[in-house]
Amino acid sequence: MVNKFWPLFFMFWPILAIVSFVIAPSMDWWFPGPAMSKFGEQIDNLFYLILVIVAVTFVGTHVALGYVLWRGVDNRDTKAWFSHGSHNLEVLWSIAPAGILMFISLYQLDVWMQFRVKSHFPEGTTPIAEVTARQFEWRIRYAAPGKKLMTTPQPDDLYTVNDLHVPFGRPVSIRLRTMDVQHSFFVPELRVKQDAVPGTVIPVWFDTMRPGEYDLTCAELCGWGHYKMRGRVVAEKESGFQQYLLTLQAEQNFDGVTRPEHSGAQIAEYGIEDSQ
Amino acid sequence: MSALNPAADLSAHGHDDHGHHEISFVKKYIFSTDHKMIGIQFLLTTLIMLLVGGSLALGVRFQLAWPWRAMPVVSQVAELVGGPNFIAEGGQISPEFYTMLFTMHASVMIFLVIIPILAGAFGNFLIPLMIGADDMAFPALNMMSYWFMWPAIICFGLSFTVEGLNAAPAQGWTSYPVLSAIRDSAPGAGDAQTWWLLGLTLVGVSSMMGSVNYMTTIINMRAPGMTLFRMPLTIWSMFITAILQAFALPVLTAAGFMLLTERTLGFNFFVPGGLVVNDGDPTVGGGQPLLWQHLFWFYSHPAVYIMLLPAMGMVSDMLACKVRKPIFGYKPMVYSMAAIAGLGFIVWGHHMFTSGMNPALGMTFMISTMMIALPSAVKVFNWIGTIWGGKVVFDTVTLNCVAFVSMFIVGGLSGIFMAAVPVDIYFHDTYFIVAHFHYVLFGATLFGCFGAIHFWFPKMFGRLMSDRVGRLHFTLTFIGFNGTFFPMHLLGIAGFPRRYADPYIHPYMEHLMPMNQFITICAVIMGVAQFLLIGNFIVSIFTGKKAGRNPWNANGLEWTAPSPPGHGNFDILPVVYRGPYEYSSPLVDGRDFLMQTELLPPAGDAGNEPAVDS
Ligand code: HEM
Ligand SMILES: [Cu+2]
Ligand SMILES: [Cu+2]
Repeated sequence: MVNKFWPLFFMFWPILAIVSFVIAPSMDWWFPGPAMSKFGEQIDNLFYLILVIVAVTFVGTHVALGYVLWRGVDNRDTKAWFSHGSHNLEVLWSIAPAGILMFISLYQLDVWMQFRVKSHFPEGTTPIAEVTARQFEWRIRYAAPGKKLMTTPQPDDLYTVNDLHVPFGRPVSIRLRTMDVQHSFFVPELRVKQDAVPGTVIPVWFDTMRPGEYDLTCAELCGWGHYKMRGRVVAEKESGFQQYLLTLQAEQNFDGVTRPEHSGAQIAEYGIEDSQ
Repeated sequence: MSALNPAADLSAHGHDDHGHHEISFVKKYIFSTDHKMIGIQFLLTTLIMLLVGGSLALGVRFQLAWPWRAMPVVSQVAELVGGPNFIAEGGQISPEFYTMLFTMHASVMIFLVIIPILAGAFGNFLIPLMIGADDMAFPALNMMSYWFMWPAIICFGLSFTVEGLNAAPAQGWTSYPVLSAIRDSAPGAGDAQTWWLLGLTLVGVSSMMGSVNYMTTIINMRAPGMTLFRMPLTIWSMFITAILQAFALPVLTAAGFMLLTERTLGFNFFVPGGLVVNDGDPTVGGGQPLLWQHLFWFYSHPAVYIMLLPAMGMVSDMLACKVRKPIFGYKPMVYSMAAIAGLGFIVWGHHMFTSGMNPALGMTFMISTMMIALPSAVKVFNWIGTIWGGKVVFDTVTLNCVAFVSMFIVGGLSGIFMAAVPVDIYFHDTYFIVAHFHYVLFGATLFGCFGAIHFWFPKMFGRLMSDRVGRLHFTLTFIGFNGTFFPMHLLGIAGFPRRYADPYIHPYMEHLMPMNQFITICAVIMGVAQFLLIGNFIVSIFTGKKAGRNPWNANGLEWTAPSPPGHGNFDILPVVYRGPYEYSSPLVDGRDFLMQTELLPPAGDAGNEPAVDS
């Protein structure tokens, strides 16, 4: 049995690896919660599909490896098997993985197109804000309530920092830019990530299934303060979102003396729905 | 003709076999043009750099486990020598310093360890010996390729110090502009970054000289009878790597020069106009930052295979010898390496899925990336096939080779998640990527190198390394390695971004600190274990058990030469009659190897066929 130590050693670590994956979700070593967007759910589903395929391959190859090692240490007296290989096996183990890989590639194309190809964006995606990354914060520009977000800043635009509010339950898009170096807009719970590239504006859409606060982080090295580009995405009801914009407007227009008047009637009047 | 001639064995410090010319000390050990000496120089240099890179990594790990705490030992030493100002008060790592640590860790490991240890150390040492040549085609060029490493090392070193120790390069090894193009963008983006680019260029020059030499040597200087399909897989892998290098490297060199001129002469390639960096003046120009990413990855994706293929070749040779069996599917092994190299040129965009490049490109890169997993899979199956039915004895070499296969499987499989574009949207720039490339670069390549060091050490120094220490080193490294890098997959799944000095300010990552502490402890174990390797290496040079010409009963040409081979390598000029994998051939009785140079009596002519059918 002693001479089986090493085959066991090489079979033991894959078991640990698998155990760690099995217990990971319950230990909270897993996704930061289930995907909070419909789009994110599709990514998760793909992930789990690939995880199954990969796990089967991982187990299969390691069982095979363990087996040949196990048999190999017993092989003391006779000569090793004099074989240069097998044409049939080569064909088999080329075609089988090729098929599986081709399947994975084609199967996911659709999700990718939805995410990045403009003509495949979901119906009714509304540009809601312009997000401009900068060392080391996210600057956010909304159009005034009821107005359309223009590509160039307008005098009545509203500004915040590190705090992006969106209405939940429908796809919205942001215009992602950067003022200085590259950054990357990453909201783990929504499974979106997109680099902000100097000199370019990139439309990024996402949806949120539930109201809530989601962490916004930067995923592209942008300097010493990269780690602290912390922001949040707040998903709220349509009316709450409108209210938020109005408050923002009120604050921004507040000259320190007189508050501009606003009434609930105006909210109803300016639905953001038709700002497309 | 048995090539095992103990009488011809030389003592440890091999007297010159030819004896008819004396070589001065300087010419023999320093400015040597002998490929073996150059290989050994490369090996020693890269092992030292491995320790340097490893220490930098431990700095990174310390910060991730105990953020903002004073570094033990380092802070005391810093205090003693007057406290360099890169470490903030009390010896803790500042966020600036953190970005420098991981940048230089990766730069050192990739450019000064992995690339030169494979091509520089083993390529140099093994190519002439394995193909039966007396030296490289261009020995002087070969010497220069080593001596260009030192200016590169000095440039990297200077980049740490030019700005008074507080501004090493800090833009990551990928060095994306605009961050790396504008001096004000980060503390390390000034002269430090310029020196870094110079260092990179010099490493490139060194590699280029090497690859020209390897290609020429392999094409022109093979011993009589050494047809292409009788070459050991190590030679095939070195050949393919040299070709990859020769075609990919110019692109990086060009990109490096573009960035240099942009930084120093005011040219404009990468920086678009109108940026306000660090409250400076707006930039003027019409550059395109994605251009750098394309050029960089056009080199650096093939480069990850430059950092792997030679290890694949060497492991194939070691494994066949260790299990006393012909390699399973020699030709598929060759073709799959060629396929990896070919496909390697059209997959670079998988590093840029979220970069904002044209989404249609994303799809094509995704399909080509999936396809490159195929030859990798074929190779894995063939290695397992090679062990199948073999005689396995677990010495240090076998252990490292099996680990290579096992770790490569993990690295290849994690690649599939990232090759799936939508999944990569989530995984890009998280620790999942870090786990992936450490499994392939450390798990596969370095374990392969550890095996190769033990396997060819007797040829280098005429003595064997201690197997017991070797196994201990392997065990500790293997446990430390998996403890360090396997949990990183889970970190990646949890959305833990790479290159964060303090991830825990984000609430969704707070609970991951204990896991990071575990990782750091494992990393320390792994780091400490490397002293076993270094110690074993140094001690064995002087006191190791004497090895004959062929301590492993292997088939290759290098084992017909004395250990260590003298100047000119072979005392008996080799003639090749068969491929290198005729282990356990039924043609010979009483032993399980049949060297490439052995001429068998014509028993129906069967014996001298090139035994390489698949
Ligand atoms: C089975 C085949 C492989 C596939 C499908 C694959 C796929 C990928 C993908 C898609 C990425 C980019 C991930 C991202 O940044 O979002 C990546 C990164 C990387 N891969 Fe692989 N890979 C494979 C094998 C290898 C091998 C064999 C090596 C090296 C020997 C390697 C080294 C790297 C490195 C160093 C990076 C990260 C570079 C960086 O961002 O710093 N990969 N791989
Ligand atoms: Cu950042
Ligand atoms: Cu790549």
